[in-house]
Amino acid sequence: MKTFFYTLKQAFIQFGRNRSMSLISIFAITCMLLILSLFFIMFINVNAAAESVKGDYNSIEIFLLDETTPEQADVMVEDMKQQKGVSDAFYKTKDEAMAEFKARWGDNGYLLDGLADNPLPNSVVVMISDLEQADALAAHAEEYEGIEDVKYYKSTVDKLLKTTKFIQISAIILMIFLIIVSIIVVSNTIKLTVFNRSEEISIMKYVGATNWFIRGPFLIEGILIGVISAIIALAITHLLYGQIVDIIGDQVYQMLSTPMVPVGFLIYNFAWIFLALGVSIGSCGSIISMRKFLNA
Amino acid sequence: MIEFDHVTKRYKSNIGLNDVSIKIDEGDFVFLVGPSGAGKSTFVKLILRELDADRGTITVKGKNVTKMSAREVPKLRRNIGIVFQDFRLLPKKTVYENVAFAMEIIHKPRKSIKKHVPQALTMMGIADKAKKYPDELSAGEQQRVAIARAIVNRPKILIADEPTGNLDPDTAWEIMQLLNQINQLGTTIVMVTHAKDIVDKMEKRVIAIEKGRIVRDEKGMYGYKEALADTTNMFDTVAVKKRDTFRAGFRRGGRK
Repeated sequence: MKTFFYTLKQAFIQFGRNRSMSLISIFAITCMLLILSLFFIMFINVNAAAESVKGDYNSIEIFLLDETTPEQADVMVEDMKQQKGVSDAFYKTKDEAMAEFKARWGDNGYLLDGLADNPLPNSVVVMISDLEQADALAAHAEEYEGIEDVKYYKSTVDKLLKTTKFIQISAIILMIFLIIVSIIVVSNTIKLTVFNRSEEISIMKYVGATNWFIRGPFLIEGILIGVISAIIALAITHLLYGQIVDIIGDQVYQMLSTPMVPVGFLIYNFAWIFLALGVSIGSCGSIISMRKFLNA
Repeated sequence: MIEFDHVTKRYKSNIGLNDVSIKIDEGDFVFLVGPSGAGKSTFVKLILRELDADRGTITVKGKNVTKMSAREVPKLRRNIGIVFQDFRLLPKKTVYENVAFAMEIIHKPRKSIKKHVPQALTMMGIADKAKKYPDELSAGEQQRVAIARAIVNRPKILIADEPTGNLDPDTAWEIMQLLNQINQLGTTIVMVTHAKDIVDKMEKRVIAIEKGRIVRDEKGMYGYKEALADTTNMFDTVAVKKRDTFRAGFRRGGRK
């Protein structure tokens, strides 16, 4: 316990003595984290949008000829339910389809009331749980009697999947790159303190202090830098993202018909990620900078 | 206390120690002499496990140092006090704090620190300087602080690396008296030195190393006609190293 307080005290003293360098590295790491959070925000929002869009497209719609009876449709529904990769299948009458259509037009739905006849066909909707099976299912549906058309938005879904995958991978690469840079920044700052105290450290070693005892204060110093950066980055992200959602949230909703990820949810999750990143960047940085020094 | 058994240590370009076997008993006072670059520092560094031997076995206080894991090294060093030519005191700590530091970092209880630090300072004759900072002291006083720090944890072995190198002859002699006193209390002392006068006057065991080999091991005299290295102020270890390399190069060139 005494050792712990000693370590803590030393860390704060070092941090203070090395103030300008500590502040510079806090600044640098905060910037890294901000760039990181920018990517995270993009990533999360694109993902959320993709998920919700995917929800619209993970179905096959089998449009029926008007002469096809509900009984025939029921046979199709039952058959589809037996197929692999199908989560659900149901019969949708042309009236239900019209109601949905109206709902999607929202306030302008009344315009559709002017139609004398409902031009929409009856249909069987097949919900797909496994998109890999979509092609086979669509082909299978084509073989039914009494159908007009089979609609499946394959290319749209494919594009969507490709885009999200691309964003996912580039975000991960960028993240790794930024983390490495942050670790180097911290390790250089700590190295400076180590040099400043090399005399003290060499005496400590000669007198028989253990490596972890010597490392302790530097480790805490690194973690301190990391955590402070994380908190600052988090505050800035909170502020900026809040503003962004306020300003363009509505437009985004209108364009993509998906809401942006809410600020509270985002920040709560970021808090843990940032703190974990800060702590690991700080501790990795200081351990790396001490390694050569303690080997002798 | 310290035993080298066919120890060899090579560096990239030259030999540190070549097949050295020697035994230093408990309570011995040993001078390590020889030209610069002969292997004296290597010898000391091997005892402290600052370096690993390439071949052979080194035993310190009954423990095999060569086979020691990195985790055990701090324990080894707690049994060895060390004094340097350039004192190596922490300038921002007082005399008392400098000595207490050696106890603090190995987690000695505060009570024991309060008891042993003044004792060590008294023994070195600098009890009245406890609250001063190193730069307020003379070179001799600074070395006394360094010795107090080296012995405050009561090590069985004290290694002194040219402890009188930065001191005038009178002060150097005072320091030797203190080391002698410590030795008489049972501490084994290994002292690296170039000071002919001191070695001759002390009449202790002298081990001479040249080109990595022990060329002489006898009681009494320094053995070289004059001091092999000057003892003018060389506070900067880098300067000392540069000087040594320069001389080594010079000698090599001269021989051709």
